[in-house]
Amino acid sequence: MIALQRRAHPSRLMGYLAPLIAFVLTLLSGLLLFALLGVPIFEAFHAFFIEPISTVYGLAELGVKAAPLVIIGVALSIGFRAQVWNIGAEGQLILGGIAGAAVALYFYEVDEWFVLPLMILASILGGMLWASVPALLKTRFNVNEILTSLMLTYVAALLLSWLVSGPMRDPDGFNFPESRLFHDAALLPRLLSGTRLHIGALVALGVVVAGWLLLSKTLLGFALRVNGAAPRAGAHAGFSQNRLVWVALLLGGGCAGVAGLFEVAGPIGQLLPNISPGYGFTAIIVAFLGRLHPVGVLFAGLVMALSYLGGESAQITLNLPLAVTGVFQGMLLFFLLATDVLINYRITRKRQS
Amino acid sequence: MMDTPTKTPALVEMVGISKAYPGCLANDSIDISLSAGRVHALLGENGAGKSTLVKILYGLLAQDSGSIHWQGKPVDISSPAVARELGIAMVFQHFSLFESLSVLENIALGMDADADSDLRNKIITVSTRYGLPLDPDRSVFTLSVGERQRIEIVRCLLQNPKVLIMDEPTSVLTPLEVNELFATLSRLAEEGMAILYISHKLEEIRKLCHDATILRGGRKVATADPREETAQGLAALMMGSDIPKAVLREQSKTGKTLFSLSQLNYPALDQNGISLQGINLSISAGEIVGIAGVAGNGQDELMQVIAGEVLAHLDDAISLHDSAIGRQGAGERRKRGLCCVPEERLGHAAVPTLSLTENVFLTAHHRKALRIAGLVSYRRSRKFANEIIQRFNVQCNGPASLAGSLSGGNLQKFIVGREILQAPNVLVVSQPTWGVDAGAARAIHDALRTLADEGAAVLLVSQDLDELMQISDRIGALCAGRLSNFHQTSRVTVQQVGLLMGGESIDRQALNADSGADA
Repeated sequence: MIALQRRAHPSRLMGYLAPLIAFVLTLLSGLLLFALLGVPIFEAFHAFFIEPISTVYGLAELGVKAAPLVIIGVALSIGFRAQVWNIGAEGQLILGGIAGAAVALYFYEVDEWFVLPLMILASILGGMLWASVPALLKTRFNVNEILTSLMLTYVAALLLSWLVSGPMRDPDGFNFPESRLFHDAALLPRLLSGTRLHIGALVALGVVVAGWLLLSKTLLGFALRVNGAAPRAGAHAGFSQNRLVWVALLLGGGCAGVAGLFEVAGPIGQLLPNISPGYGFTAIIVAFLGRLHPVGVLFAGLVMALSYLGGESAQITLNLPLAVTGVFQGMLLFFLLATDVLINYRITRKRQS
Repeated sequence: MMDTPTKTPALVEMVGISKAYPGCLANDSIDISLSAGRVHALLGENGAGKSTLVKILYGLLAQDSGSIHWQGKPVDISSPAVARELGIAMVFQHFSLFESLSVLENIALGMDADADSDLRNKIITVSTRYGLPLDPDRSVFTLSVGERQRIEIVRCLLQNPKVLIMDEPTSVLTPLEVNELFATLSRLAEEGMAILYISHKLEEIRKLCHDATILRGGRKVATADPREETAQGLAALMMGSDIPKAVLREQSKTGKTLFSLSQLNYPALDQNGISLQGINLSISAGEIVGIAGVAGNGQDELMQVIAGEVLAHLDDAISLHDSAIGRQGAGERRKRGLCCVPEERLGHAAVPTLSLTENVFLTAHHRKALRIAGLVSYRRSRKFANEIIQRFNVQCNGPASLAGSLSGGNLQKFIVGREILQAPNVLVVSQPTWGVDAGAARAIHDALRTLADEGAAVLLVSQDLDELMQISDRIGALCAGRLSNFHQTSRVTVQQVGLLMGGESIDRQALNADSGADA
């Protein structure tokens, strides 16, 4: 009989292997599913996993989709490590987009180098401003940040909707609810001509490195981890819990804000009523898939981005329903949770006594 | 017939029990048998395999080989439910209680009973009868360790078991309560119950137990009649070598005042907490001051205020080296030389899911320069962890072991070592030897003495009177948030300290006159 036996120490090897095993299991189950549906499995596999990234353009699209997921996912995983549950990254993303767009529109047609940096700064502050509301309520009145940050997301969406149909509407836009198209100095430089890949991809890599350094090498990161694992031990060591709540939320808000700007000033190029396909929420899944570790988040972000592209591609070439994307994401999450057991347990064959 | 106890048929017998964990053989073919009407002591240091053995008996673990016989018939105790059905109950050393539920609800859950007034009455009856006062409607999170243990004891007694396993039940009781519990246990034994009694307190075992089985390194090394052995002899069997008898601490020369509390008040943190009222205390260099008291009389609050986890309202309520630190945070206090060891090892003094290296960094980074250019130096932290492991003989798989994987005694040695090796000017420790075996307790006591001899001021908050009498220079007690007067330990008796713990003053009793008094 097969039994699980607790390991003396959590396995470091399994920590790295578990997501790979989960990915392989997802792949096998997915192909089995396709086979049962009567879809030729090789073609399905090709359509879902190979075709989207078989061209330079496809690879660039992967980067475009993964960048915001990774930037937000890293920041959220740092907060989650500290048991600060910022669920409102989507709202903070929207506020970042609005703040950045406001700078772009204020300096419309001003061809100066400072416009873009100023937009980035504004987007960070915008996201932080939105995150500071739950932080203040949490630290002053002990209000649950899950509720406040989530509710503020809807406020942000409505604010954006009002702005694009009112104060920030394109005067020459035939009353469509959208802003002017940004001028060139307010658009992100592209990394590859002919694609939409922008410097956000590089920033995402930088955020991964910075997040890893913060968590593993700094006193602040240590304090955040201790606060999450054993708050009383944190208090004993002299870490201020309120300060850590502020740090975690402002970090999440700032990164979400930048991600919002990168959408507005990158692939979109203007302010629209809808600037994100739910990156702020998907990043929560990315953070957990990446085991709340910045490097893990990088891979999780890429996998999530691929599942979006693969779903679209399978829809186009094989006429499969778009729900396939959701099925794959769900299976991946389940298999990961299951294989996580292997970190603390080993599989043994139990002898009957 | 009554007087040939060795011939009494065993109620439960464990034969050739072996159990291996990855990397260690916890039980190596152990035999033990319990008879109705007898209190059987299970002795051994931490890691000797006592817990494993009783967990097998209680159905929490399955043995790799060996068998258990209940009244002569082989049984398969596959779960605690089976054990309870047979009539085996257990009081654990570490409690399994739901913090947010009430005493009544916790007991009901453990017994699969309804939390009704019937059970409430039973709880009140049993708890008063055995001197274990409990309010059935209090939430568990508001209770101290000592009070939580009472729940566990009462929960077991309510099941009218035939075999009662007690894992160090007296660690948090006052001498009076211990006597009452012993009376209870003796009565239960007379009524025909078999009791398996695990303790490190050798005197207790000699007083209470009829038989003793001694384990060392997973093996049964001896059986003895504890009533005929000396404590010294039992300790030698347990530890495998003769240990020197504890020397009573000589009154050391004391220097200038290093640490003082003056008119420290602190309101209760919740409705069931204790308010600290007008606490005055000063400790000089080279001195060990002991604070006795039953759990839940303000010890937690006092420790938190002293450590800086909560700030005093007035800056000069707490002073260190003549400078006020009442409004300084815990980190700043450490930097200035005040180190603390809180009572709760896991989750307070140490983070169970982090390695020993990281747990060293947790509190030592201020004083040991464990950061280089603002970044955590794992190399230096590991070095310091190794130093602690060696100096305090901590049994573990090196500094990468998770704190939660160490046995209680070893983790405690590590935590105490971590603070002592930071060379604090003032060390405040709470319950440093709670649930720790004799060898480790000795090591911790020696280390505290050495620290004081080197000129530090030590404050020891403990519920273990033997410990306080043994190593403190002056002793007082905390009762309902107020601190008693302090007396030279050498001039007071245990009974007198008992009075202090009850909120009385020795002076008024005119025992020992004023000579020993020393406010």
